[in-house]
Amino acid sequence: MTPKGPHIDWAGLSPLVALLAGATVVLLVGLLRPRFIREHVVPALALLTTLATAGLTIWQLDERKSLVSGALALDGLSTTLTLIFAAAGAATVVLSWRAVAPRESAHGEFYSLVLTSLAGMVVLAWAQNTVSLFLGLELLSIPLYVLCATEMRRATSLEAGLKYLVIGSVGSATLLYGLALIYGATGSTQYAGIARAIGDRGLSDDALLLTGIALTIVGMAFKASVAPFHQWTPDVYEGAPTPVTAFMAVATKAAAFGVFLRFFDSALIDAQLTWGPLLAALAAFTIIVGNVGALGQSSLKRLLAYSSVAQAGYMLAGVVVSTKLGVQATVFYLAVYLVMNLAAFAVIIARERETVLGDDISALNGLGSSRPALAWPMTVAMLSLAGIPATAGFMGKFFLIEATVDGNYAWLGVVIVIGSMISLAYYLRVVAAIWMRDAPVVAPAGSDAVAAAAPRPALAGGSPDSAVQAPLTAGADAAGSGRAWELTATAMLFGAATLVLGIVPQPLFDLVARAGDAFTNLV
Amino acid sequence: MTLHLSILLWLPAAAGLAGLLGGRTVARVLAPVAALLALAYAILVVADFDSSARGLQYVTDKLWISQLGIHYKLGVDGLNLFLILLTTVLFAASTLWALQREWRDERTFWFHFLLAETAVLGALMAQDLALFVAFFDLMLIPFFFLTGIWGNPGRIPAVTKLVIYTLVGSLLMLAAAIATGVLTAQQGGGELSFAFSDLARTHLAKGTQEWIFLCFAAAFLVKMPLFPVHGWMPDGYRAMPLPVLAVFSGVLSKVAAYGFLRVVTPLFPDAAVHYQDLMLLIALASVLYGSAMAFTTTDTRLILGYSSIAQLGFIVLGIFSLTPQGAQGAILQSVNHGLVVAPAFFILALLAQRAGGSEDLRDMGGLAFRAPVLATLFLVVAFANLAMPGSSNFVGEFFILLGVFQAKIVIAIVAFTGVVLASVYTLRLFIRAMHNRVGPRAESRELSVRDGIVLVPLVAAIIALAFYPQLPLHKSEKTVTSSVREANALSGTPAPAQAFTGGKTP
Repeated sequence: MTPKGPHIDWAGLSPLVALLAGATVVLLVGLLRPRFIREHVVPALALLTTLATAGLTIWQLDERKSLVSGALALDGLSTTLTLIFAAAGAATVVLSWRAVAPRESAHGEFYSLVLTSLAGMVVLAWAQNTVSLFLGLELLSIPLYVLCATEMRRATSLEAGLKYLVIGSVGSATLLYGLALIYGATGSTQYAGIARAIGDRGLSDDALLLTGIALTIVGMAFKASVAPFHQWTPDVYEGAPTPVTAFMAVATKAAAFGVFLRFFDSALIDAQLTWGPLLAALAAFTIIVGNVGALGQSSLKRLLAYSSVAQAGYMLAGVVVSTKLGVQATVFYLAVYLVMNLAAFAVIIARERETVLGDDISALNGLGSSRPALAWPMTVAMLSLAGIPATAGFMGKFFLIEATVDGNYAWLGVVIVIGSMISLAYYLRVVAAIWMRDAPVVAPAGSDAVAAAAPRPALAGGSPDSAVQAPLTAGADAAGSGRAWELTATAMLFGAATLVLGIVPQPLFDLVARAGDAFTNLV
Repeated sequence: MTLHLSILLWLPAAAGLAGLLGGRTVARVLAPVAALLALAYAILVVADFDSSARGLQYVTDKLWISQLGIHYKLGVDGLNLFLILLTTVLFAASTLWALQREWRDERTFWFHFLLAETAVLGALMAQDLALFVAFFDLMLIPFFFLTGIWGNPGRIPAVTKLVIYTLVGSLLMLAAAIATGVLTAQQGGGELSFAFSDLARTHLAKGTQEWIFLCFAAAFLVKMPLFPVHGWMPDGYRAMPLPVLAVFSGVLSKVAAYGFLRVVTPLFPDAAVHYQDLMLLIALASVLYGSAMAFTTTDTRLILGYSSIAQLGFIVLGIFSLTPQGAQGAILQSVNHGLVVAPAFFILALLAQRAGGSEDLRDMGGLAFRAPVLATLFLVVAFANLAMPGSSNFVGEFFILLGVFQAKIVIAIVAFTGVVLASVYTLRLFIRAMHNRVGPRAESRELSVRDGIVLVPLVAAIIALAFYPQLPLHKSEKTVTSSVREANALSGTPAPAQAFTGGKTP
């Protein structure tokens, strides 16, 4: 008698398998000696992996099945989120090509960590019980702690990695404790089992369960940078290598909201009356804190960090209402958030390499006349983040507000609007810098490559009447970087996507409709 | 004849985009061509418009986003017909004016300028609330760039203030608009739809109408602007480049007034009645405040700016008289004011050139001396602005005051003083600029032919409208009446069985 192995649905698992296999291959190929292979073949393989993941997900788009004995599920939400992760991963790989971080930390390892983190996100978004939830969360987080610190010669990068590690671990521990308490109250780790236990036994005011829910919210809020658990966000975003920041901003956010949606809108749905007002209050608080925090920032990465806090608040509103419309609006916003942020980050990275000003807002001064190919995507991204019509951001906000009003949380819709008003002040400042301020002139950094490599050196010379003046770009060219076509192309691609989705959003609506259908329990 | 509004709507933006991609020369050629073609198309629409028919004409209706119930629905009726014409006229004039001047990065300038035309036309033609809100918000963005990049010193803080002021109102309106759609669908039990025709079928509960009304009113009042929310106006007006200011002042404020008649009075009649007194008082305060400021300031731009506040106060008085006469007067006065204010700004620019570059009234004076043609054109504009009997503005104000008289007699009596004040500040502007002692650096010069090409047709339009104000009144009568019918019935103001039919001028 031959022992019979369990049935493995390779087709369903294929996106996840592709990512993990890709991570291994990339790591191994990265060990080869030739520089060309490490610097160009490795990123190409990583890119191929993300594209393959996307392709396999599209292949499985209409499948609805439970995988690994009910630990994971392939449904509309899984596939939609996986597509978002794959897009974010592909963009991160392109943005990291020729960047400092992979050069300093060995190329194979860098890209392998990105792919592993993506695999963690996939597990997290597909999870159907609290064990795979935690597994996915750690698989996502641990590579990210390392990625933040990959620019090893820069103190702020190391600081960001350490800070993220400490805070992330606190978040994970809190979440784990919360999950344990929920298990204690309901006796199940399966989402469906938890939901059944709450529904059947009327546990919605059980002290153990409520403590568990509260701790779970706190743990997830850390990951999704929801105020008041967002304090790490600006520092880590600023310190991390910018491609990694972009990855964290778009992909981690999508994963965190994927699990928010799954856990709260399916496992804990019968306790909605308990956690709904709490999350609503958190959402409103987050929107205000994020937008107010962004106001005075002069570092673009910090600005986008606070803006990402605010956007987390908007998306949380879609979770709060617990309707299909809310789920769809949240996922729609995640996709929109991806395109507009990637356009912005591509421009920031390009300017970091072209000028010596780093990610300071003044690096964008006069961009409208000197680099229109970067200026337009950045402008569109900022207007979209602010929610101006004809951009994807407007559609996203429209959808979210509609979901809040429909779910009897009209006041939360008004808070979203108030947040957007505050946000105009800082998004428009960026647009004004691009188009309305002249490019500053400084003395050339010349052969002093150290000055160009430093994160934000003082303007050399300082005095406006110093003898030799040259446009900023001259200094950066001397430092050996210069214009990178792939950054411009990424910025243009996502900038164009932001506009197209603002004018022809129907395909994206159709895609996220699948995500809503994953929640059969919601109206 | 089948006329496609989409062509009219997208023509300017398409030309702007082509110019942006094509280069400076292409942009300079395409801009006037697009602006004039749009004008020709609008004239065609007005000529072809069937004034005896009820409801919308030339309707384009496509479901844009099915999940959100947003339609791409355009249409023309009596409410927006002449405002569309006005928009194309002013944009064509401003395009010709701007073409004669040098602009830095000219491709981008024309792109934003033409995009602005498309956005304004879109807001006027939209027959779907969500589409209207989208265009209404979008309209501001090109002006942000036009002012911020090509404006006068101090432009960045000024334009930031302008945008934040107006978008605060607009975003509140966005929330209110979404609430209107969702709650109407919930209440009526039908499919979610933002089309005006679907929204008008069910009215929301009175309490809901009231907060929604306030959000819409905030958006429209800031855009006009009226008295308590005009804080962005002085800086904004000073910072804008002149051809941009001419369309901004001439058209954008009218879109807000139009919004009241298109959205607020038909969809929220209960709230309109509830807040009638408040709105009338705001309008009255604007008339008095705007007039008072206009005859005390010496910056000529601001004189026109404050006079616009006063004029828009009149327009709102007409709308919130909630009578057919008042509403008709408001529409007519919107067209009149647009036609007056744009040439007035162009004339100011000419005066400033002749006064050594200063736009201050104290530096002008005696400019009519060697410029009889310019002086005559200015006089016609000035007379129209002060609503001289015989001008179309007189007819407009007469209708407005007639409407207010029926609704609230006390307010009508106070508002009459506004008519007097208008002549005070307009004549002060004219006399101190054109006559009086010659300014320190003033030099009187006649109008050049290229400036005349822009100014003379505009002034001719004012004169034509003075002879034939029945044209807009007649074509708009049916729709305007139905727009305020419900609110009128609720307010209990006795309205004549039939509104003014356009046959005879009083």
